[in-house]
Amino acid sequence: MLRSAKIPLYYFNSFLEQVGEVGLLLVKVLKNFFKRPWEKETFIQQLEEIGVKSLPVVSLTAAFGGLVFGLQTYIGFHRYIGPGSETYGGPIISLGLCKELIPILVGLMVTGRVGSAMAAEIGTMKITEQVDALFTLGADPTRYLVIPRILASSIMLPCLTLYGDLIGMAGGFFYNVYLMGVNRILYIRNTLLYIEIGDVLSGLLKAAVFGVIIALIGCWQGLRAEGGAEGVGRATTRAVVIASISIVITNFFLSKAIPASWG
Amino acid sequence: MIQVNDLHKAFGQKRVLQGVNLQVERGETMVVIGQSGSGKSVLLKHIIGLLKPDRGEVFVDRVEITRLKDEELRQVIRRFGVLFQGTALFDSMTVGQNVSFGLERYTDYSPEEIKKLVTENLAKVGLREVENLMPYQLSGGMKKRVALARAIAYSPDIILYDEPSTGIDPIRADAINDLILRMKQELKVTSLIITHDIISAYKVADKIAMLYQGKIVDSGSPEEIRNSKNPVTQQFIHGRAEGPIKSW
Repeated sequence: MLRSAKIPLYYFNSFLEQVGEVGLLLVKVLKNFFKRPWEKETFIQQLEEIGVKSLPVVSLTAAFGGLVFGLQTYIGFHRYIGPGSETYGGPIISLGLCKELIPILVGLMVTGRVGSAMAAEIGTMKITEQVDALFTLGADPTRYLVIPRILASSIMLPCLTLYGDLIGMAGGFFYNVYLMGVNRILYIRNTLLYIEIGDVLSGLLKAAVFGVIIALIGCWQGLRAEGGAEGVGRATTRAVVIASISIVITNFFLSKAIPASWG
Repeated sequence: MIQVNDLHKAFGQKRVLQGVNLQVERGETMVVIGQSGSGKSVLLKHIIGLLKPDRGEVFVDRVEITRLKDEELRQVIRRFGVLFQGTALFDSMTVGQNVSFGLERYTDYSPEEIKKLVTENLAKVGLREVENLMPYQLSGGMKKRVALARAIAYSPDIILYDEPSTGIDPIRADAINDLILRMKQELKVTSLIITHDIISAYKVADKIAMLYQGKIVDSGSPEEIRNSKNPVTQQFIHGRAEGPIKSW
């Protein structure tokens, strides 16, 4: 009885310990954020790694996200409101994509592609003493490894989201206008009439927060990796799982916190 | 120059260091020997501030480093060159970038001067025209030499070697020993070497210390260690399975 009561306590303690570790890493990042030397090369390399190299996967995800969202909106309007009302699908598709679907999809895709790579790369560096070597050669591991990744990730996620918004809206437009024959002029007019710049900005703000989460958790897991290849594998899996869950949970709270009509 | 006083460190229930006392004089080559897993690398990581002890002190030229803040510690660490056990070469960088890494951070040399110093330091360890190779293109012995070139490039006055002869054949291991001796003679550095290779220890050491059960149980010149009456030291230097050292 006593033993079974101890198990949830163990998990709770372990959870608190890990939250503390992430918190301490975040404090270290904030303390060192503006200190020189800035690791420009690593930062630029990460911009490319996180941003440019994620374009294909974001393009595909956003395009099909837009298409399927367009499909369901078309069915909804056509079935429940009536033929002709499908032109009102435009603003709904745009709103849903920009505020919720694209930031989440981009966040999850980048977590799978980049968050895992960060944990694997830094984890391998940790177990092969390269992180220790950085320290002895005058480079603070937080400044050299963590800050450029967080900065690059928080810049590139909004860029990818904005790009994904455009591709997704194009997907919804393509499905409705070209495949289902919805009136093109009315579809565009309604979209422009009802979508606000604040809707797009709120999605970009979310994406920036997701960028911080992905890089912070990927680096944290990498830096705490131990025990050889198995340890690196574990760190990589954990980075993806923890970051994905954190993104979904944070998204809800951000949606609640950001005013419905912004800008 | 380096003084370790009553150093204790535990990882969970495992007590690795249980009161290590060690002194390394300026210009001296001290070799710490002991079984694998006896805490030699943990001791080395305390000396460069990578680990904080549970109890005890580490002095580098009378500066107690275990309580220093990051920036102050970095000033002290600049004096150390470290050859890591697995070389710890940055595998995303070329050999040249690896060797120039410390130079770029610790010195104000221009890129041209750094390039020249990289070539010079690689030549010191017997390597030429390897600047553009990646670490995975090198053999084990070459990697050790590149790592040594990286460690000495910014002219540290203390060099720490963690198992310099591990993972390479006996001939290359002896070549590394010759390099260690040359570094001492040419650069007049203080050296601390962690190893379980007793042949290397005899060759390069001014003093040898035996680490066992988290403490230094014996120390002296190579000759004194060879003739030591301590049964732990005797068992270790003769590589016998029978004796007071039981743990595997």
